[in-house]
Amino acid sequence: MTIHVPTSPAFKDNAHEALRDPALQRALGNVESGFIAKRRKAADKLPEFEALRDAARDIKNHTLAHLDLYLEAYEKRVTEAGGHVHFAPTADDARKVVIDICKRVGAKTIAKGKSMISEEIDLNGHLEAAGVTPVETDLGEYIIQLRGERPSHIVAPVIHLNRDQIEENFRAAHEGLPDDRDLSAPESLLAEARAMLRKKFLAADVGMTGANFLVAETGTSIIVTNEGNGDLSQTLPKVHIVLASIEKLVPTLDDVSQMLRVLARSATGQDITVYTTFSTGPRREADVDGPGEYHVILLDNGRSSMLGGEFREMLRCIRCAACMNHCPVYHAVGGHAYGWVYPGPMGSVLSPSLIGVDKAGHLPNASTFCGRCESVCPVRIPLPKLMRNWREKEFERHLSPATVRSGLRFWSFFARRPGLYRFATRVGMRALALAGRSKGRFASLPLAGGWTGSRDFAAPQGDTFQAQWRARAKR
Amino acid sequence: MVHTHEPRPRVGLFATCLVDLIRPSIGFAAAKLIEESGCEVVVPSQTCCGQPAFNSGDRATARALALQAIDAFQGVDYVVAPSGSCAGQLKKHYPELFAGEPDLARRAEAFSGKVHELVSFLVDVRGMSAVKARFDGAVTYHDSCAGLRELGIKTQPRKLLDSVEGLSVCEMKDPDVCCGFGGTFSVKYGEISDAIVSKKVDNISASNAPTLLAGDLGCLMNMAGKLQRLGRPVKARHVAEVLAGMGDEPAIGEPARR
Ligand code: SF4
Repeated sequence: MTIHVPTSPAFKDNAHEALRDPALQRALGNVESGFIAKRRKAADKLPEFEALRDAARDIKNHTLAHLDLYLEAYEKRVTEAGGHVHFAPTADDARKVVIDICKRVGAKTIAKGKSMISEEIDLNGHLEAAGVTPVETDLGEYIIQLRGERPSHIVAPVIHLNRDQIEENFRAAHEGLPDDRDLSAPESLLAEARAMLRKKFLAADVGMTGANFLVAETGTSIIVTNEGNGDLSQTLPKVHIVLASIEKLVPTLDDVSQMLRVLARSATGQDITVYTTFSTGPRREADVDGPGEYHVILLDNGRSSMLGGEFREMLRCIRCAACMNHCPVYHAVGGHAYGWVYPGPMGSVLSPSLIGVDKAGHLPNASTFCGRCESVCPVRIPLPKLMRNWREKEFERHLSPATVRSGLRFWSFFARRPGLYRFATRVGMRALALAGRSKGRFASLPLAGGWTGSRDFAAPQGDTFQAQWRARAKR
Repeated sequence: MVHTHEPRPRVGLFATCLVDLIRPSIGFAAAKLIEESGCEVVVPSQTCCGQPAFNSGDRATARALALQAIDAFQGVDYVVAPSGSCAGQLKKHYPELFAGEPDLARRAEAFSGKVHELVSFLVDVRGMSAVKARFDGAVTYHDSCAGLRELGIKTQPRKLLDSVEGLSVCEMKDPDVCCGFGGTFSVKYGEISDAIVSKKVDNISASNAPTLLAGDLGCLMNMAGKLQRLGRPVKARHVAEVLAGMGDEPAIGEPARR
């Protein structure tokens, strides 16, 4: 059993390792080539795409402004349909609800569709500790589980792996897999996983899914997948548990249809995912199949306190992963370096809220603020601005590194005194220009090793612009 | 050029601290271009726009420097900076710094309304469509992030470059992807910054253009520094220098001629 501890405080070391991992670097090439062009194409094909993004943002803003009302309405509808809603203030509470249900129905195994909330509450390790075997049924999650890892991406959990690594895992884990079976095509890996998973679906006592949206109007939970495993996870077992966080709510089915149009395009460049599955309550008398029990666990885990604060906009996130797909830092180091469940720009804003800025403090700092994330976010979350908010909090709480603080203090002392600044910079630049005159640049500079370790630094031309300008004006 | 009979607008040139300290020739190139667009140029006493403080979470310093700049640039019709990043700070982020304080916010907004990045000022505000300059050879142009995504600068520099005699633009792959500079990021997370700029310079080299241009000195120093460390022959210059006919200055990080 593995209980995961965030390694976000070691972000720099994690990044260092990641940059030196050739297999990872090879795999990360797929993020750039796989997602960006597809999203672009899908967005370009739809003239109203930008307007849809505005609508998606507005729907989420409206819902968040009235979240209490919509949660109540949602609970009422689920109950009317014969289901149960469990509010879980913390990760611990949510895990307890799951484990209690499993114990009550005597469950040995639980078939799971892909759920990032399950990762957030680190459910699998705790289930195992309670004697329940979790079986991940999403291909990516299944591979992750075989490897004892965490997903490195919120949509494509194994984007950090190459096909040959996965083949190796399968050969080691699947007993009776003939050595000469060809697993060189992704389809053959999928077929192999399917064959294994079928048996487990049929044996599972409880099925669990996440939710992409919860609909207040109807009490429906909705998942989007491309493998159809989610459908099996929720229809075959006798109990269906939906594990979702409170901000997944939207008011109506009409709203969902708008959100779905931006979600798939932003995530994978599809017009719509292969499966969009709606579930409302347990099996009714006339239904031919479906679970006998239907539970929804609504996790808060710090979100309601985000509602009233400066990170509220983050609660609009629909987990499409476009921000990380377009992030140069994510492309360089991959998702595991971030050290917790949520990587990339959305994680750099969300993780400090959920595990504390003292642990996740590097993440909002490790951004160039290039703004590409914000430019593709389907619900227009101002990610750089929110990361900057975290930097302000760290600065206020003296959490930013001492070298950064003293450097800033030194520089701002001069910048706030223009006369002194002009004098000091003039002297300084002349000296530096003299020192760098023969080469025009420096191969190393004190205090700038982070730069000059890998790049030259241009020497100043000579006198400052302001000094030269004034000298010319006098002439 | 076009506006000879109207009174000439007064433009306060915000040189930016990097240009002021490291490469004054960009400031002179900017002044020349602004004058060619029919404006008068003044250079009020200035230090830094405060972006390093703002992006490091030091809001108090960022505010003090913003007020200092707003005061220094009173009485001009426009404030123009040869940097998308600094212009973005002046134009987009100054008002944010005073949100909730109506008097200061109003001042910040009045100031921000006058701010423009150099090349977009020439094209979008002054209607310039060509420059009188010559530069022999192919160039490749990097779109710096803040200029591109905060200010929408993409076509303007290419339009003016097209009018430079002897010059052709060879686009690199992903010209709109970050070079990894990110201000203090380049030092605090030097390894990651290096990984990003390494990809960038590969794209630059693959364009086969002997010259790299961009509108931000920070990004240019980052890319030039990497190209030079790798011994690649590409020369880096600010787009204003080429547009102003000053493309014969020693390139960024190259020694002065004796
Ligand atoms: S922050 Fe925006 S782009 Fe990133 S995952 Fe969430 S919705 Fe998608």
